[in-house]
Amino acid sequence: MLADKDRIFTNIYGRFDQSIQGAMARGLWDGTDEIIAKGRDWIINEMKASGLRGRGGAGFPTGLKWSFMPKNTEGRPSYLVVNADESEPGTCKDREILRHDPHTLVEGCLIAGFAMGATAAYIYVRGEFIREREALQRAIDEAYEMGFIGKNNKNGYDFEIYVHHGAGAYICGEETALLESLEGKKGQPRLKPPFPANMGLYGCPTTVNNVESIAVAPTILRRGASWFSSIGRPNNVGTKLFMLVGHVNTPCTVEEAMGISFRELVEKHGGGIRGGWDNLLAVIPGGASCPVVKAEDIIDCPMDFDGLRERKSSFGTAAVIVMDKSTDIVKAIARLSYFFKHESCGQCTPCREGTGWMWRVMERLVRGEAQKREIDMLLDVTKQVEGHTICALGDAAAWPIQGLIRNFRPEIERRIDEFSYNAHRVEPVLVAAE
Amino acid sequence: MSVRRLAEPAVQPASFAFNEENAAWADRAIAKYPEGRQQSAVIPLLMRAQEQEGWVSKAAIETVADMLGMPYIRVLEVATFYTQYQLKPVGTKGHVQVCGTTPCMVRGAGALMDVCRSKIHHDQFHTNESGTLSWEEVECLGACVNAPMVMVFKDTYEDLTPDRLAEIIDAFEAGNPPQPGPQIDRFYSAPASGFTSLTDEQAIQDNAREWREKRKQAWSAEAAPATGETAAPPSEAARPKTDAAETNPTIKSPSPEKTNPAAERADSVKAPTGNAAEANKADPSVEGEAKQRKNSTEKEGDESLKAPELFKEEPVGADAKGEAASDADTTSAGKDMAGHPDAEAEGKSGSKDGEAS
Repeated sequence: MLADKDRIFTNIYGRFDQSIQGAMARGLWDGTDEIIAKGRDWIINEMKASGLRGRGGAGFPTGLKWSFMPKNTEGRPSYLVVNADESEPGTCKDREILRHDPHTLVEGCLIAGFAMGATAAYIYVRGEFIREREALQRAIDEAYEMGFIGKNNKNGYDFEIYVHHGAGAYICGEETALLESLEGKKGQPRLKPPFPANMGLYGCPTTVNNVESIAVAPTILRRGASWFSSIGRPNNVGTKLFMLVGHVNTPCTVEEAMGISFRELVEKHGGGIRGGWDNLLAVIPGGASCPVVKAEDIIDCPMDFDGLRERKSSFGTAAVIVMDKSTDIVKAIARLSYFFKHESCGQCTPCREGTGWMWRVMERLVRGEAQKREIDMLLDVTKQVEGHTICALGDAAAWPIQGLIRNFRPEIERRIDEFSYNAHRVEPVLVAAE
Repeated sequence: MSVRRLAEPAVQPASFAFNEENAAWADRAIAKYPEGRQQSAVIPLLMRAQEQEGWVSKAAIETVADMLGMPYIRVLEVATFYTQYQLKPVGTKGHVQVCGTTPCMVRGAGALMDVCRSKIHHDQFHTNESGTLSWEEVECLGACVNAPMVMVFKDTYEDLTPDRLAEIIDAFEAGNPPQPGPQIDRFYSAPASGFTSLTDEQAIQDNAREWREKRKQAWSAEAAPATGETAAPPSEAARPKTDAAETNPTIKSPSPEKTNPAAERADSVKAPTGNAAEANKADPSVEGEAKQRKNSTEKEGDESLKAPELFKEEPVGADAKGEAASDADTTSAGKDMAGHPDAEAEGKSGSKDGEAS
């Protein structure tokens, strides 16, 4: 178990002094000017050496991403955009950072902005986080008052931080959709290339990072890349905010070392599975878009990128949705299908039509009102949606269903048998169209 | 995707204007964005309009469009795309948004919606008889460790039971909203049974001081040799030492640094000579025995049928020159020699001669 001295978020529960003085007493804003004096290359090299992988779900190395920003921008300003549009079902880590430990993010913005030569940061907070937005704005105002950011600040790098917000669209968590939304348009993802590092916000070089990736940066630089990379397993290093959601005795958000086993995580912080370990049915290990994993596969699995990849799932945002045997697993996944149907932006046909189609079939599978060959047909359709859309929402909608069919096919078939004993009769398949 | 339309003309107000406070706020919000990019403020402005009026009317959309100099259709698009905008009037005292996505669903959000159905209206987006309350099912509100939860206007009510939600709805109806946050004995997102980490602020502050001392020592140690001859950043230590081509400054073109040809030759390693017989042996696992393969490039058959590229030993030039010179007016000689660089050069000069004569 991670010791308190190795934790980066020291006020994640909002229990201690939330003012900037309180944050400084806990070690923030310490030596920020010295970090900046060490220069862009030093910061980027340290971030690369630390092995930090993006905390938004895709796990792209953060230092590498920062290094993509062009040094010669031909007179265009560069921007840092922080993705605080946290809408992945199960995920609520950025909320805690924004409302209880926002100074980590403000300091991170300055350092990351300096490392990529940005002139300003826009923090895109999801529309529903109203109190969180207010807490963040308070922290930024305090930093301006202390002269840590803004023009002619004490840290020696002119930098502005603005808070922007959305209005309830999951798709705006996709980086190019977020930029579209920030420009005051519908949040429909852009085709890549050009990548945001060349043509991002307002056509200027832009880097979009998750809140947690930015917020951990100052502490990593202060404590050293080797400290961070010594926690966890190779390629999966550092600490991470885990969310224990669903049927554990005490759901919570907690910072833990990467690679902690599922059993230890749940025992230490979740108070065990509701009804005991034998009552565990399945786990969605990283937020809604990750395929579901069966109980026996996950219990001793190390919770990190590679560990869950081996289980044919994904680490995502470390939002661990635990489901015990009282859960109607087909209905749980069908609800996710509805979520993706609701949140599809409507730009690409496979996703716009496919998500609705998959949801309607899933609804029939919940009741068992289907034929067994439709399971394969559904699987086939998910494969046709996956990878054929501009952004990853199509993939995200397909994976939970693929995970369900891979792990719980007997359950679906049992329902079909139950619904109708002549499930194999030869007649046209019930069509999913409205 | 969901289909969203503006409210019926009957309920649309004739006009909309920001009140004084909100108008001043709007000016500040617009100033956040670079000149010419004021359109960025459309989402915050519409949200402010909704906070003022309770919902987004056609008049509000047009007012915002005029403020930002945007075509009406662009603002209409935004208002109908983002689901947080209420396009119809909602309850004046409370609009209950119940999170119904899987993490809340498995913790009992269905029962919360039943409470709303019985206490407010059977269908979502409909106000109760007095017009004070309404409800809707929304997608994940991002408070999953505190599931199930609802959001009323700006505040979240977490860790709910159906009974507690009924009490909260009654409190909103009565006009005194209860304390937001977890509705059980629990500190925000910490485990309900007590803290498992971050228990002692004093220890955390002491620890922060320790880290600070460590950092200062490490950085001053680093800074010392920086005045001397070596000032490699610490992360260079992790880089393998290499003489790969990319690191050689002379590889760049143009490069201010020049190579020394003699040193280059001395450095360059001769390519190993291959053993042709060994290389042409078939593997025993493929053909049963290690027999010698026949070399397909061996010369055999009629020499005159060979393409000129295959003449490796004898120079084609000497012979061809004579032929080309003898019948320079025919194109066939030029064709025969095509592909052989020497022959081509000769042929060209030959045909020139022909033209001249």
